Amino acid sequence: MSKTSRTSITMPTTAKKDSIIEIRAIAQHDMESGFRYTESGKLIPRDIIRTFTCTYNNIEVFKADFYSGIGANPLIIFTTVAVESGILEFKWIGDDGYEAVNQARITVS
Amino acid sequence: MNRLTTFSLGGIYLILVNLINIGMAEAAQTLQQSSYDLMSAENKAMQDDSSLNPAMFWVGDGETLWQQKLGPLNKSCNTCHGDAKKTMRGTATQFPKVIKGKLQTLEGQINQCRVSAQSAPALAYESKDLLALTAFIAFQSKGLPITVSENSVNAPFMKKGRQIFNERMGQLNLSCAQCHEDRAGLKLGGSLIPQGHPNAYPIYRLEWQTLGSLQRRLRNCMSGVRAQQFEYGSSEMAQLELFLMSRAKGLPLESPGVRP
Amino acid sequence: MQMKKESQYYRRHWLKQVQGLGLLAMGFCMNPLNVFAKKEDADEAIQKITGGAAVKEGKVTLTIPPLVENGNLVVLKVSVDSPMTANDYVKTIHVIAEGNPLPNIFTVYLTPRSGTANITTRVRLADSQTVWAIAQMSNGSFWKGSADTLVTLSACTEMV
Repeated sequence: MSKTSRTSITMPTTAKKDSIIEIRAIAQHDMESGFRYTESGKLIPRDIIRTFTCTYNNIEVFKADFYSGIGANPLIIFTTVAVESGILEFKWIGDDGYEAVNQARITVS
Repeated sequence: MNRLTTFSLGGIYLILVNLINIGMAEAAQTLQQSSYDLMSAENKAMQDDSSLNPAMFWVGDGETLWQQKLGPLNKSCNTCHGDAKKTMRGTATQFPKVIKGKLQTLEGQINQCRVSAQSAPALAYESKDLLALTAFIAFQSKGLPITVSENSVNAPFMKKGRQIFNERMGQLNLSCAQCHEDRAGLKLGGSLIPQGHPNAYPIYRLEWQTLGSLQRRLRNCMSGVRAQQFEYGSSEMAQLELFLMSRAKGLPLESPGVRP
Repeated sequence: MQMKKESQYYRRHWLKQVQGLGLLAMGFCMNPLNVFAKKEDADEAIQKITGGAAVKEGKVTLTIPPLVENGNLVVLKVSVDSPMTANDYVKTIHVIAEGNPLPNIFTVYLTPRSGTANITTRVRLADSQTVWAIAQMSNGSFWKGSADTLVTLSACTEMV
């Protein structure tokens, strides 16, 4: 059974052609590191988001691999060139069948 | 030096000392400080920018829950209270307050509504849903000053709360006041001791890596002095909250805040 | 008589050496951070990335607050000096922590369409330590930068 959670994208809705835009992507996720123990001494298994990708009109323009050292409710801020109008799609994939998708539209003039 | 000069000088000295003391006392009373001021620039930015504040996810969840129809009468919070942006504005700055003879915290009142108005089960303390609703409601008062003060109705509870604050507790035999009044601004280990105002709750505490309530934080304080922790939803918790909020009167609400 | 004295001397000498070794071992075990092991893991992780190729210092700026109030969520910025054109851009950036139980924190993959090689995220730092950022350029070269930080603990937690 796939699980998912809230995500949030912050980026401009319009941009001048070939300008550089900043994108902030954050997902609600505990990012259980796999290094914590319960009170009775049992190891809590790892449960993290492992990859984040951004596609721009279906072309991958950014990818990140996350490991246990990424903080809970992971945030990533990166840039991309506003080449054309269209849809940016964001995908988070993680342990235990986790998957989350978000989208944003940009108008480039 | 003759007697007249001595007395005059003595008199002038006493007047000056009293003026200085009055001035200092007044200054001390108005010198409330939110623990926001003690945070690093990065953590302040995390709180201030909703695109960076993880607590905003809970606010979003709360907004959804506000609309959720529950119980045999199929009622949501929205059914009675309408648009929270309007009806809940200022609400969080007034809690805890005495409602129908009982001292209620915001969480307590949410549960009271669920049980009596919606005929739905109460939400467990620190559950995702209760935190989300509390965060959503508190968020509607963001920036507004805390208005809780002593009045004839809450006086007996306020007295108890003040007592708890000033009473030594735990194996370390410390009172809240000893750290947060007498030693606020000094250091405990590597951290600065804050005045301990509850003006940002619920908070995304970095230590917890999640959102939590004031009562959770108070329980942390109590485990810090090795004291028996007050139970969630207990009357002692409500009394202490009441006193803390009145002590923070005037400070703007920062909810949902970020704290280390 | 003479031989007995000599063997006693050698025995004493040998005991002294064992004692010295014991103290050395104890010193290693008593190292509160046991940092040596983690730094080796970090070096090994970096080796895996570079395949043993030379890594030059420069171009990579890693920014972490020098004093961290809580290691659970630390803002980390990495910035690599590059024109980010089709012929000259940053392909990957790896961030490695010397003091974490697992050295790799994250890796980003960039393209000429990235515009900049500026990344911000929030990481967990288990302890005061040095963090490394290794960047690989489109021409295959490796560059590195680092930052040191002190991590303090919160007061009054849940752990009794």
